[in-house]
Amino acid sequence: MTDHAELLPGTLDLLILKAVSLGPLHGYGVLLRIGQISGRALLIEQGALYPALFRLVRQGLLKATWGTSENNRRAKFYELTAAGRRRFREETEGWNRLAAAMASALAAQPEEI
Amino acid sequence: MKLVASLRALASSFFHRSRLDGEIEEELRSHLQHRADDLESSGLARAEAERRAAIEFGGYQRFKEESHEALGGQLTENLVQDVRFSFRALCKSPGFTLVAVFTLALGIGANAVVFGMLNALILRPLNVPQAQNLYMIERGRAPTQSYPDYLDLRDRNRDFKGIVAYEMAPAGLDIRDSTSPIWLYEASGNYFDVLGIQPYLGRFFHASDEHGPNSAPYIVLSFAYWHSHFQSDPGVVGRVVQLNKYNYTILGVAPARFRGTELFFAPDLWAPLVNQQQIEGFSGLNSRAARGMWLVGSLKTGMSPAEATADLNSVAASLARAYPKEDGSINFALFRPGLLGDMLGSPVRAFVGGLMFLAGLILLAACANLGGLFATRAADRSREIALRLALGSSHKRILRRLLTEAILVSLAGGLLGLSGSVALLRWLSVWQPLPNIPINVSVDADGRTYIVALLLALLSGLLFGIVPIRQVLRANPWQTIKGGPSGATLPRRFTLRDLLLAGQIAVCAVLVTSALVAVRGLMRSLDSNLGFDPQNAIQVNTDLDMARYSGDQVPIMQQRMLDAVANIPGVTAAGFADRVPLNLGWSDATVFTDSTTDYRPSNAAAEASAYNVSPGYFRAAATTMLAGRAFTWDDGPKAPRVAVVNREFARKVFGSLEQALGAHFKDWGGTRVEVIGVVEDGKYKTLAESPQAALFLPIRQSPSSETWLIVRSDLDPGVLANALRQTLRSLDAGLPFTINTWHKELDTALFAPRAASLALGVLGGLGAMLAVTGIFGMAAHSVSKRLRELGIRIALGAQRGEVLRAVLGRVFRLLAFGSAAGLLLGLAATKVLSFIVYQATPRDPVVLAGVVLTMLFLGLVAAWIPAQHALAADPLILLREE
Repeated sequence: MTDHAELLPGTLDLLILKAVSLGPLHGYGVLLRIGQISGRALLIEQGALYPALFRLVRQGLLKATWGTSENNRRAKFYELTAAGRRRFREETEGWNRLAAAMASALAAQPEEI
Repeated sequence: MKLVASLRALASSFFHRSRLDGEIEEELRSHLQHRADDLESSGLARAEAERRAAIEFGGYQRFKEESHEALGGQLTENLVQDVRFSFRALCKSPGFTLVAVFTLALGIGANAVVFGMLNALILRPLNVPQAQNLYMIERGRAPTQSYPDYLDLRDRNRDFKGIVAYEMAPAGLDIRDSTSPIWLYEASGNYFDVLGIQPYLGRFFHASDEHGPNSAPYIVLSFAYWHSHFQSDPGVVGRVVQLNKYNYTILGVAPARFRGTELFFAPDLWAPLVNQQQIEGFSGLNSRAARGMWLVGSLKTGMSPAEATADLNSVAASLARAYPKEDGSINFALFRPGLLGDMLGSPVRAFVGGLMFLAGLILLAACANLGGLFATRAADRSREIALRLALGSSHKRILRRLLTEAILVSLAGGLLGLSGSVALLRWLSVWQPLPNIPINVSVDADGRTYIVALLLALLSGLLFGIVPIRQVLRANPWQTIKGGPSGATLPRRFTLRDLLLAGQIAVCAVLVTSALVAVRGLMRSLDSNLGFDPQNAIQVNTDLDMARYSGDQVPIMQQRMLDAVANIPGVTAAGFADRVPLNLGWSDATVFTDSTTDYRPSNAAAEASAYNVSPGYFRAAATTMLAGRAFTWDDGPKAPRVAVVNREFARKVFGSLEQALGAHFKDWGGTRVEVIGVVEDGKYKTLAESPQAALFLPIRQSPSSETWLIVRSDLDPGVLANALRQTLRSLDAGLPFTINTWHKELDTALFAPRAASLALGVLGGLGAMLAVTGIFGMAAHSVSKRLRELGIRIALGAQRGEVLRAVLGRVFRLLAFGSAAGLLLGLAATKVLSFIVYQATPRDPVVLAGVVLTMLFLGLVAAWIPAQHALAADPLILLREE
């Protein structure tokens, strides 16, 4: 457990957008991609992925089409819509600003004050 | 946009629920298969891989549901689910559900019935087009006008489209060789045209049909009478019938929905007012002092009642100049029509308003009761709720389900209560409370009643549904589950539930107090001195002009009738009068002192109820003579004018009984009248009245064809009635009459207090039932919560008294507190009753004691079973159960 980081609230959506931005994926594929790109450091409860996916579809950020997976099984593939791409850019910038600010705050040394 | 999108999602989810469900299911399964594929390729067996995949996935149902919500399908979906769940939960505790539904049904039913009455009597206007423009025109405190004044008002006002006049009167109608008494409106020619009513059949009479007295021998049948007496025969139009033995032509039939311009009084037919002489045997059409007409005016559009009143009063000012004696100082006012103007209007409004208030209290008590029930239920289910919270259900979800339960209960209770009240209202609508008079009120439930009842039900559902919310929000699953059912600590301070119960008891005490006050008032009014004795007396009512007697024939026939009746063996006394006390309709006479010369109404010495009576009347009515003599047949038209007065009249006009005897007063025309006797005071108009002046005149000096024979006898009333019928038939077979015991005729006077006592008694009974269920619920809950503790106490040697005190002390403290508050409120509320109920004083030791005893009794009844339960607590069994 200790080598996994808890997911901050609201970050799951951003991770999904990132994963899908690299190419269309089905649900399980999104999970694998997040694991892969985060170096298996982020823990996602598998079932919790789907309500988040559906929410993004409903917000018009993702679009879904049924297709066939590499395992030759029926699966639903997700890709970004135009609105999804825009949202992904904004959220990434927002996150980077936050992370930079947090990092600089945490790196502050006594003599710098 | 968002709204449209979610609405679309909602709609599509509703219609394609199963398709959506299937799609989610398929996608989740696809996920599980992919995961299982991966696990299998890492070396696991397929079955084991699928098992592991399912475990890793987490709560399958929960995520499926959340996915559904994320797709926007949650609303209807969850609603259906909540309703199904709540329905199951309610069915699982039938006792609770039945009590809750029944309690609410009582509350809603009482309110729907009272609202139905309020709606029919006060809110709903008369059933005529543009009823909002109609106003009854009253003169100061006298609601009726004279015909000449009516003509002046009709022709000289500027703000009314038209003013109609009408009077209600009985008459005899011959159909197929038999005469039957009917009631009709004598209406001015413009009656139907001003009201804007179209005939159902034939035509109505119009102003152009009036050409002076007795010039319009036409009648219009009411729909109901046409249906019941003419078998809905469309051929009646044009047929000639005999009204009081005069030929009248049936012009047409009124539509079914038009029942005249008085809510209480639906006539059998309408006849022109100009024919009053033929219909009533006399005509007051030429006299400005004969004020018997009810006037209803229809305002021109855009005119305000204030403008119209000013307009009428400018006519009144010129009338006062022209006729100072009759119209000296008159002032017109407008009232809502339908309840004899303000005469019945204000007491009916006060009474129905009071009833509505009490019914509201019933509903409040029912809500408090239900709030208590639901809070108790939530407390009993705290373990279940804690478990649900621990297993991942949200507070929102649980609250929604509790609320759904409350709404289900309120809808069921509302529907039950409403159907009961609809049946009751239907029965009230066909009820004819008074003998011989077509008095009834159509109070059928309409859409408004249904809507109000269901809204009340939903509102109360929400009201008591939110009571346990705080409890749920505070619930801490760990604490509750660890503590177990007996871990609930005893509440030391007063809780919301205690307040609800005390409030409910207070409300019930108010209702019980009002009911007792009303019943006591009714009993007292029956015991009070009426000024006559209805026991062993029979009344025969007839109007000789129905058989076309007129002029001198009337007194001759009356005397023949009296002689024949007095000669029936077994009859001890007989007399007659033109009207009797405590019956519908009366006549007030204005009298002046002997020294008065200016006969303006403001100079009057008294307004007295006037009766024209025959010799022998006082003995037949058993009215005690206090001084002087009664009338004889010698007090005729040529003899000096004489009168018998009551004690109140003597006191008011002359100062005392002794001074009255032999003294003179003047009647409204200035004629001197000598007082030859004084009788005891009685009741004349209503049972609730304070002492009234009354004046009796000899019938030979003021003849009338209206005849009430009073026959006193020890014979069985049935036997006597038969003998009377035969005797009168042998005198004139064509004379219509009705025979009733005086007791039966008194129903008229007793109607209002009886109806009030009945209504309040029912409401009081409802209140008492609610108090019992409320106390029972509280006591039973408190016993079941502390059963283990009680068992231990008993095992340690506690006495029965101590056990009972421990468990019921609190309940009885609440009972005492609530009853005291309710009693005080009830005493204040009974002021409203004094309009209708005789001497409705709350400061009556019997009432006070009655309320206290009733509440105590209710408490004992309600606490009986829980007390037995507490005393039977067996520590061994209880400890084993844990």
